[in-house]
Amino acid sequence: MSAILVVLIVMPFVVAVATFFLPVGVSRFLTVACGAATFGLALALIPTAATHSQITAGGQLRADALSVVFLVATTFLYGATAIFAGGYLDLADGAAGARYGRRFYAGLNLFCWSMVAAPLVNGLALLWVAVEITTVVSALLVAIDDTDGATEASWKYVLIASLGLGIALLATIIMYYAGTTVFGSAYDLSYTKLLSGAGRFPPDVVRLSFVLAVLGFGTKMGLVPVHTWLPDAHSEAPTPVSALLSGALLAVSFYAILRYFQIAVRALGPTYPRNVLLIFGLASLLLAALYLLSQRDLKRLLAYSSVEHMGILAIGMSFGAPIAVVGVLLHVLAHAAAKGTAFFGAGSVVRKFATKDMTKIRGGIGALPWSGPMLVAAILALSAMPPFGIFRSEFLIVEGGLSDSRDTITAVLVILVSVAFFGLSWYTTQTMLTPDVTASSSDGTAAVTPARSEVSNWIVVAMALGLVALVILGVHPPAPLSQLLNHAASELGSPR
Amino acid sequence: MSPAPSTYAGVADVVAVLVLLTEFAMLRAPLLRSQVRLYAFQSLVVTVLAVVIAATRHIDELYVLAVLSFVLKVVLVPGLVLRLLRDADVDLAGSSVLGVPSMIMIAIGVSAFGIFTVGSLHVHSNALPTTALAVAAAVVLVAFVLIILRADVVSQAIGFFSLENGVSVASLVVAAGLPLVVEVAFLFDLLVAVVVFGVIMRVHHGRSQTLSTEDLDRLKG
Repeated sequence: MSAILVVLIVMPFVVAVATFFLPVGVSRFLTVACGAATFGLALALIPTAATHSQITAGGQLRADALSVVFLVATTFLYGATAIFAGGYLDLADGAAGARYGRRFYAGLNLFCWSMVAAPLVNGLALLWVAVEITTVVSALLVAIDDTDGATEASWKYVLIASLGLGIALLATIIMYYAGTTVFGSAYDLSYTKLLSGAGRFPPDVVRLSFVLAVLGFGTKMGLVPVHTWLPDAHSEAPTPVSALLSGALLAVSFYAILRYFQIAVRALGPTYPRNVLLIFGLASLLLAALYLLSQRDLKRLLAYSSVEHMGILAIGMSFGAPIAVVGVLLHVLAHAAAKGTAFFGAGSVVRKFATKDMTKIRGGIGALPWSGPMLVAAILALSAMPPFGIFRSEFLIVEGGLSDSRDTITAVLVILVSVAFFGLSWYTTQTMLTPDVTASSSDGTAAVTPARSEVSNWIVVAMALGLVALVILGVHPPAPLSQLLNHAASELGSPR
Repeated sequence: MSPAPSTYAGVADVVAVLVLLTEFAMLRAPLLRSQVRLYAFQSLVVTVLAVVIAATRHIDELYVLAVLSFVLKVVLVPGLVLRLLRDADVDLAGSSVLGVPSMIMIAIGVSAFGIFTVGSLHVHSNALPTTALAVAAAVVLVAFVLIILRADVVSQAIGFFSLENGVSVASLVVAAGLPLVVEVAFLFDLLVAVVVFGVIMRVHHGRSQTLSTEDLDRLKG
């Protein structure tokens, strides 16, 4: 089992280096193979992680049930995005196109490598390092299109996210200080050690560290009010990068917060950490639901939907019931699949209609016979419609909230999710379902539906994979996966 | 009656205050070049702190860290940013949102807030000077003021790098025993971040022929 951890952390890096030198045609297949292989390896870890307390390799690598949940989400999206990118990239002929392709694939693999590494490293310090690497690599990927919008978005992203991580570094150091009161002045920040001693840490110091960690990593997770980079970066990045940012990167940042949560619960008891997450979660859900009502840009719409879902995750964690925590972890998996699929569909639409403005796109289902309907399905999945995975996960979260007698907050959650559903589906269904080929949009420009054909079969395959995963998660999650989620939820709970 | 601070605590506190004062100087520096030089000076002060702690508390690993931090933060990073400034042929910082006096007043306000809040946590320890921790928190907050109120990419980047200096002071005073491999990883990350900041600054300058961030207002809503 420990060999799998080593392979997981070496392979994407080697592939990233290789794709920088290989021709794009080879890189395309190599990236798909690597993404599929990491997903397979992550699945292979599930049975062991679901029953054992941890899998380690060489002291610096460690996987437990919690990290495997995030590993599965990330690697699934890695494979699916690799397939999607094969169809989405429209490279110019000649040296410029080849150069763009090489940079893109090297960056994509490096980005995925850092996100695979984050849940596998053993300790808060290395976790911070991995998350910081995700920032710098993805900032370059956001800027890769070299347009005015991409430059502005990447500057905002790299500055705001780096500042957030500066705060997170302060949180790491203060947590280290909390540990010195128990372990003496020199020790490593490994989870096993921190969790074993957390009960004796000075509470005020842990409190400071936890709030700074939520604020710092929350910047990357897209929690309101530190989410401001998120809609810009998601809408201006190349669509495969948007899918990874939204489905995997935000989840990895949430994973970092959960590690601090785990320690804080042991040091402070559950009430304080839960209340901090509740405040950030409610703010995120409220603001995102309102912004969703006024979005006309398809990719910005999906970006605000990510803020909404991150808010749901934070609120779910603030309910104490184990069933809500299981729901939160399932939500991470389902959101990765749903948001990935939705962005793939958005990529297909953007390539087909050459615009992101939903008022200028009409007759999507007619123009895109496969990816059109699948985009609508993905939007419905994001709105928590059965039979998709998010329906099950939000159901569990709501059930957890009610069983914990947090009735008011649960009611607010349900109302805001409904508002978000309305905003999410209003423009997208207009865009996709209106058959009118010569409709005029509100500002008078004619929206003409292009001829009926798919942009690429690769895109259709990637979207189909996402929907299949969502249906599996929604209808009947495999037994080992349910066991994994239950085990991870018990790890997150308080030992007292 | 609290005992007189030890030499070590005294040095740590003085260095932390020096770092905070440099941060204030950056806030009012009208030339971008002088801002970069102030950053280099600030990094030098932090390096000196690392050497002092290494000598007084006999942590040999910190000497390695001090050398690395000198090479990186005093020589390499300022050098890279100064080269960018030469290529861009820009000298004066862009107009900031507020005048210098207002900026300084706000910075005094937030640093007082930082010092008193962290101070009121009563982080007690026999070995560690906790005043320096409170001052380091003030440095981080003033760096935020710099980034928010200065409207050009160089000041904002320098603001982030100096924020990292503030965190370094905190880490030296409360986490001196942090394993060397972790400290080196932090520094390596800073180096990568500097390169990425540099690339994006160059792209920005190449597209708009300016270092100002005032035209970065297309994406909203």
